[in-house]
Amino acid sequence: MKKDVTIHTSLSLTEESKEQTLSQKTGGVCVAIAILALVVAMSGTGKSYSATLLSIILGMFTLGALFYALPYFRGPAGIRNNNVMFNSMTNKGTIAWITAIVLTGFYIIIYWYSWLFDGLIRIFDPLSYLISNKPADQWFMYGAFYTLAVIIMGVRFIARYRHSRYHVIRTFSVMFFQLGFAFLIPMFLKKLNEPEFYFSYFWPLKYNYLFPSDVSSLANTGNLGIFMVLWGAIMTFIATPILTYKYGKRWYCSWVCGCGGLAETAGDPYRHLSDKSLKAWKIERWMVHSVLVIITVTTLLLWLNSYYKGEVLGAISGGFAKWYGFFIGAVFSGVIGVGFYSLMGPRVWCRFGCPLAAILGIFQRFKSRFRITTNGGQCISCGNCSTYCHMGIDVRWYAQRGQNIVRASCVGCGICSSVCPRGVLKLENGKEEGRINDKPIIIGNNNISVNL
Amino acid sequence: MAQQIVIIGNGISGITCARNIRKKSNDAITVISSETDHFYSRTALMYIYMGHMKYEHTKPYEDWFWEKNRISLVKDLVTSINNAEKILNLQTGSPIKYDKLIIATGSVSNKPEFPGINLKGVQTLYGMPDVELMNKNTKDINRGVIVGGGLIGIEMAEMLLSRNIQATFLVRENLFWNNILPAEEATIITKHINEHHVDLRLETELKEIKGDSDGKVASVITNKGDEISCRFVGITVGVSPNISLLKDSDLESEKGILVNEHFETNVPGVYAIGDCAQLKNPPGGRKAIEQIWYTGRMHGETLAETITGKRTAYNPGPFFNSAKFFDIEYQTYGSVNSKDAEDEQSFTWRDVNKNILFRIVYDKPDETIKGFNSLGMRLDHNLCDKWLQEKITVDEVMQNIDKLNFDPEFFDKNESQIIEAYNLQTGKNIKRKRKRFFSFS
Repeated sequence: MKKDVTIHTSLSLTEESKEQTLSQKTGGVCVAIAILALVVAMSGTGKSYSATLLSIILGMFTLGALFYALPYFRGPAGIRNNNVMFNSMTNKGTIAWITAIVLTGFYIIIYWYSWLFDGLIRIFDPLSYLISNKPADQWFMYGAFYTLAVIIMGVRFIARYRHSRYHVIRTFSVMFFQLGFAFLIPMFLKKLNEPEFYFSYFWPLKYNYLFPSDVSSLANTGNLGIFMVLWGAIMTFIATPILTYKYGKRWYCSWVCGCGGLAETAGDPYRHLSDKSLKAWKIERWMVHSVLVIITVTTLLLWLNSYYKGEVLGAISGGFAKWYGFFIGAVFSGVIGVGFYSLMGPRVWCRFGCPLAAILGIFQRFKSRFRITTNGGQCISCGNCSTYCHMGIDVRWYAQRGQNIVRASCVGCGICSSVCPRGVLKLENGKEEGRINDKPIIIGNNNISVNL
Repeated sequence: MAQQIVIIGNGISGITCARNIRKKSNDAITVISSETDHFYSRTALMYIYMGHMKYEHTKPYEDWFWEKNRISLVKDLVTSINNAEKILNLQTGSPIKYDKLIIATGSVSNKPEFPGINLKGVQTLYGMPDVELMNKNTKDINRGVIVGGGLIGIEMAEMLLSRNIQATFLVRENLFWNNILPAEEATIITKHINEHHVDLRLETELKEIKGDSDGKVASVITNKGDEISCRFVGITVGVSPNISLLKDSDLESEKGILVNEHFETNVPGVYAIGDCAQLKNPPGGRKAIEQIWYTGRMHGETLAETITGKRTAYNPGPFFNSAKFFDIEYQTYGSVNSKDAEDEQSFTWRDVNKNILFRIVYDKPDETIKGFNSLGMRLDHNLCDKWLQEKITVDEVMQNIDKLNFDPEFFDKNESQIIEAYNLQTGKNIKRKRKRFFSFS
């Protein structure tokens, strides 16, 4: 009897592993067809066969990714980071470098040489007419690919972390905000001849939303425009502090934001690549707060200049804004931020560059109910938490001292808590009192009072 | 005057001691290890093999930390201790003088004398060299056999599966880890091991390992007469104190180095902590030798007080430990035996489909709590520790059970089912106090 059981389980093991390979191979084939169609479209054929090529590309990418994600749904749910450190794609191998170059090149072309993609952009015309009643441009194509990436990789993410309802809910949240608020609604607004407005992005991440030029042009479009201006101002100055006080930075960075959404889903395979060193933390604090100062000064200058009707600094403040848009808005957040996913982890922009993250971080550090609580003395210093923190926080440093983690950069993704093999970490919103325990007591040793 | 403190062993005990001495004194501190250049987390060895982390990730402190904190690290093997002249002889370097010596040499894996134990492909798992060896031994193989149903055994099974190597797991007991875990817990874990397609063979022992003509393992033979062909055998039948260094020294030892509650050996100025130490009078409910990460850390913390002038006895609070069996997290607090003792009773709630279990062990006469076990459900250590020290009753725990849970947000709450089961079993009518509080510390 017992032997029968053994034979059965061993058979099912081989069957399963074969199926997994088959599923992943099928996925590979689908993606290859999609890439082939991309090349065909780029050659210029996109114009004549737009609908066909579009359905092949989107369909095959989706199918391919889903087939590839299928094995993650099989077997018991749990943390499976097997071979992450050996795989060429996730361990800065050749495939990772190829990915980085392709993504970086994609961003450079989209920003500055978009005519190179003209054949490809044309295939999005049918979809673009449907949603926005306008021909597609490179940003429509970009938005479509971006949204597709968040959704497909979101499914993969849910498969990987389906044992944690926290991850399932917040992944649905980022997928929802990306699809609705960062793609469909702005495009649909264009169809209604209203300004293309992103309700899920605020100043200073979407810096021009509080620039005088944008404010006046929005306000001039009518009641909806005025609502948009008010919405932006309320989100920046009222909602942000309140929500961050109650829930920490995570309400935005890992539940709503599109940059965060892409990092959490498409960037998940690379989260361990972030630099955890003390040095990186120092650089991070200087950089991200400098960006915040720069954009704040720029915005103030623009308003002063507009108030004095161009008599203060005149063209210089406008030039400042342009310079910011190029270096921070395009090069940093796009080219480096996403292009270098596979080499530096998916949160490079969020960590070193995003001025909104900087503001949220200041609130989170000094005035918030959010913290990651450490469970007494149960930490075994294994390092999984620090390794898989894409914000580069050395979580273990705190956990092994029995200290709560209260860090400006933490986006509250909750992965540290999931990968911890001993259940040591818990994200929570609680009383401010006792949130920061600088002089933690490690539980368990009664003759030792304070462990500094 | 600053004294020269030398610590043998850079594991959790030795390093915790070194760090805590540095916080309180200006003594010269030297840590000697033959295993690695820097302190790493031994508990993470499995993750290195599985590719979750690299060795670099398992180092709790960056490399600059040691110089900054003036802790000198020596990579060498101590070959003998000369207590008369207070000198350590090293394998390659020149001898080191000490004023105070702390021995924290940890354990060695047990390797019983099975026929074929020395064949290539047969190994234990304790340190970094073992992971490197396992990398070599499991290259391009289809099946490995693991002998010994404990924590390292199940880790090794998980390690093999991560590389698509089938694992056959020989366990002497009729359920996994049933000598430590009560039957309900052991049943859930055993079921879960099968869910992961481990070829688990209960009540089975190793009889012999057979080799091929190259001296490499070819198969194992069990006490039931089955022959299992395999190219790898993992021996995980526990560890023993690593005291081979003491061979010709005047330090007293039995299984481990004998120490009093201040970790002092029979030789003044020489101490032993962690796995290698054997307490002559262990504190109540504790073992003389406790090979646990947390115990090693507490030994290190305590001895650092004594070394820096505040002579402190080892006085651990309620016992605690944790583990993860594939996907099931396990936590234990206080005293939970595999079978309730005469004067104790336990209440258990479980959801077998979800692999969740919660157990309270309590005193029969006065119903004060003695211990907690949990599977698939995180408990608050601070609160367990507090309640166990205050010796509250099981009814009081039930009334306040909502505070005990440490699960992540949005996880299923099991408290109402637990209370319902408790009331049904005991005929009581306990009501939960729903008010949240955070005032424990």
